[in-house]
Amino acid sequence: MNDENKPVEVPEELLNQVAVTSMGELASQSFIDKAYNWGRRNSVWPVFFGLACCAIEMIATASSRYDFSRFGMEVMRASPRQADLLIISGTVTKKMLPQIIRLYNQMPEPKYVLAMGACASGGGPFKEGYNVVSGIDKFLPVDVYVPGCPPTPQALIHGLMKLQEKIDSQSIKEVSWYDKENRGDPIPMPVLGPDLMDPRDFSANGKAKE
Amino acid sequence: MNKEKNNLYGTGIIKGALVTMRHFIDTYLDDIRMLGKRYMTQESIEYRRSKDVKGIFTVQYPDEKLPPQEEFRFIPFLVYDTHEDGTDMIRCTSCGICSKVCPPQCIWIVQTIDEKTGRPIPEPAEFYIDIDICMNCGFCAEFCPFDAIKMDHDYELASYDRTKAHLFNKERLMKPASYYAKIRPTYFEREEAVRLEKEAKKAAAAKTKAERASKSAQAD
Amino acid sequence: MSEQIAAAPVDLISLFPDQVKADERVGYEGFMVEPKALVKVVVALRDELGYDYLSSVTAADYIDDHKIEVVYHFFKSTGGTNLTLSTQVSREKAVVPTLMHEFPSMELQEREVYDMFGVEFTGHPDLRRVLLWDGFEGFPLRKDYKEAYFTAEKKPFTNRWPEGHITRAEDATPYKKNVVYPDNLKPFEEYDPSVENLLYSGMKNFLPEDQRELNTEPVMVNFGPQHPSTHGVFRMAAILDGETVMALKPVMGYLHRNHEKIGERNTYLGNIPFTDRLDYISSMANNFAYVVAVEKLMGPRVQIPERAEYLRVIMSELTRIVNHTWAIGFLLNDLGAFFTPALYAMIERELILDIFEATAGSRMMCNYYRFGGVSRDIPEDAMAKLKGLVYERLPRKIDELDIYLSENEIIRERTEGVGILSPEEAIAYGASGPVLRASGVPYDIRRAEPYGIYDQFDFDVAVRYHGDTYDRYVIRLDEVRQSLRILQQALKTIPEGPVLLKNPYNVRVPAGEAYGRAEAPKGELGFYLVSDGTANPFRYHVRSPSFINLTSLEKMSLGLKIADVFAILGSLDIVLGEVDR
Repeated sequence: MNDENKPVEVPEELLNQVAVTSMGELASQSFIDKAYNWGRRNSVWPVFFGLACCAIEMIATASSRYDFSRFGMEVMRASPRQADLLIISGTVTKKMLPQIIRLYNQMPEPKYVLAMGACASGGGPFKEGYNVVSGIDKFLPVDVYVPGCPPTPQALIHGLMKLQEKIDSQSIKEVSWYDKENRGDPIPMPVLGPDLMDPRDFSANGKAKE
Repeated sequence: MNKEKNNLYGTGIIKGALVTMRHFIDTYLDDIRMLGKRYMTQESIEYRRSKDVKGIFTVQYPDEKLPPQEEFRFIPFLVYDTHEDGTDMIRCTSCGICSKVCPPQCIWIVQTIDEKTGRPIPEPAEFYIDIDICMNCGFCAEFCPFDAIKMDHDYELASYDRTKAHLFNKERLMKPASYYAKIRPTYFEREEAVRLEKEAKKAAAAKTKAERASKSAQAD
Repeated sequence: MSEQIAAAPVDLISLFPDQVKADERVGYEGFMVEPKALVKVVVALRDELGYDYLSSVTAADYIDDHKIEVVYHFFKSTGGTNLTLSTQVSREKAVVPTLMHEFPSMELQEREVYDMFGVEFTGHPDLRRVLLWDGFEGFPLRKDYKEAYFTAEKKPFTNRWPEGHITRAEDATPYKKNVVYPDNLKPFEEYDPSVENLLYSGMKNFLPEDQRELNTEPVMVNFGPQHPSTHGVFRMAAILDGETVMALKPVMGYLHRNHEKIGERNTYLGNIPFTDRLDYISSMANNFAYVVAVEKLMGPRVQIPERAEYLRVIMSELTRIVNHTWAIGFLLNDLGAFFTPALYAMIERELILDIFEATAGSRMMCNYYRFGGVSRDIPEDAMAKLKGLVYERLPRKIDELDIYLSENEIIRERTEGVGILSPEEAIAYGASGPVLRASGVPYDIRRAEPYGIYDQFDFDVAVRYHGDTYDRYVIRLDEVRQSLRILQQALKTIPEGPVLLKNPYNVRVPAGEAYGRAEAPKGELGFYLVSDGTANPFRYHVRSPSFINLTSLEKMSLGLKIADVFAILGSLDIVLGEVDR
């Protein structure tokens, strides 16, 4: 960071009373970020994607009594191409995992993942099962975890508000999706072999790493 | 509903549209009737929870919250009593029934062992609940013989990390008995009554025993 | 029970003296058949003895005897208790003739048995794995199969107490994932990521003979598992000629969370909250079927207080209302009435869920029933609210839903005459619940084999006779009305008293087998339990109505346009937690 972009120190007694007019200052925080985040936080569109029990509570959150359209989230898109948020609402099974990763890879940046309920966070009561992935965070970067089995609709809204807080804390200068060099690669697709096979666990010769 | 009924084409759709129309108007009628008290008040939340609700049904979390009902259960917590001298006494005796009865086996307990005698002390040394496995079934609270583990009402637990935050240790799980009395008043009262009765019995038994002992001492 | 079984089957042994013998193990009933004679016996059973409804097939791995036992449960479509037929084969060479040609309901279920136990059904035209994927290593429900996160054979695990130092299952395995690889693992590149080829090539076998070598290009279309109209992670693969369905296969297992394997490690009590998560819209009804099955095993020593019996019926019927209003709402969603009917249905659902929360403690996962009663009494204010709902609000709201939807011309044109299932087909395909009754078969377990105290209530079995999608919609309104009738009677006559006499946490049941079933909102929910006298079930099988109702999906869809398939699927009312278990 060069000197131009260095934030100007405002004395404490003048806080909220002066406007700092350097362009660098404007870009580095407050106004542009606020406008940018205000727009994004109030139009988080989830994918219309339900997995298991939690999906029912997700639909309940979307419907009459809890109504998350009050947060600008009512447009649940059936296509991942039009969505910002992937709510993993239920048990992730090995058979389903490749499809989930395909959905995630298809979503355009900026994209967020919310793990709803015990199963999505860490396997839940079905963790011991042979076909269950113990936590989607082993494959996707998760932004917010909402515990509960299932979380009540109000708990889910609380999680969504946490996500909004996270969006608020991001700065347009630092976010990865405008950074051409460090833009993340798509998540490698697991393969259904004799068991779930994650390419990251296999070395170049195709044998499992010990 | 019989299929032979021959109405003018389109009447079914119009009838249906009238139903949606009524739903739409009902809200405004309610707004006028309750003038200013339709939202954000305790009575209005109760109204939206009652059988008479018409029109808009939404409870606007987080500005107004549907209060959890007494029986509601979320993650478990451990109850501790605060004695008159200010010390906190955890009710748990680490008997292990909760961990045995837990269907997904998410409770880990380490018993405290008295170093001198090698016998267990009725207090857990470690107590962990992995809330990523917990299924909120409430068996631990139902079968606990000491009323030591109870189901919480606090559902606002969303976090950015799970490795540490979702592993509840003893300190994280402990909540005072006063909190328990607040969220489950009828349960608390019922259990307190049973406990006081037991204690009274115990005291009476101790008293008769002491009397008997003193009598026998006198006889000697 | 024993005299009923003894009355019917004498004929079976006299018909096949050499191949059939009575099952004489302690606690078992029914017949043992030689695998070779199976088809012959089953045909006789169907045509001569009237057992025309083959409800379920499953297997049990008797590893100590080196045998796998394949178990069939038959019923008469006129009512009555079950007839169990079992056949034993060796574990190494488990081969049984298929019954798919006699009973098409076996198509998916035999595939499931093959998937879980490795039993081969000779003559089955499409024997692939159904819940897992082809290429998976091992047969999970065999007793010698160990999961990656395997801790111990039985719960409670001894490493939880008194020396319960916490370890996460991830940390105990290599890769920190829930995977286990065979010793002779082939290189990663050799695996074909598309295990679908078998599915697509197998589907050609279901085309009519003259169309297998098509001149025109048939289109293979795939729906799901992520599709807004498949009610979850359900998938269908179809061969289309233009827009007409020529073959269609349901593909499931995307939510297969090993309910049965976990259930066999669990204690009897510990399975109750797991059953909540089968059909997660109607958890109370699942609890009911499970406790009916276990109480059957426990025999007459379980005493259920009168008030608990009433509460069981009340909660079960409330669940039916919840489920059917939900089903109607989402059927309409699939038909294009995007969300308005579903939102209206949801209001009634939320009000009923409030009562569940006040009584059982949770909106969805109620965990309310216990062996010998229910866990808690209903609080007084919830009772008052329930009365208000049942006597005033719900009848009015159901009528409103009826006026709103039933005569809507668009709905009727989209659903009338679409997806017809004749009564004979419905029985042969093992359909149950509203799907069976909409086809004109008045079969309701609450009447055919009464459980609980359903025989004390006055209600009609709802029947419709066209068997089309519209009837499957209307019958749900009829059933809700009948449920309200039951509720109105039950709330009037419910006695005071305890709801549970004793509630031990270490329930043991005597050795034996039992098949207990209940009329869940989606159909016949059955639990097949084998007990070896310990605290954990030896075999725990769920006969799930959603899964078996899907068998007839292809039959109903053939020759229709692809858009109709979603209407049919919506009218079947599946829940994936129950389909895949």
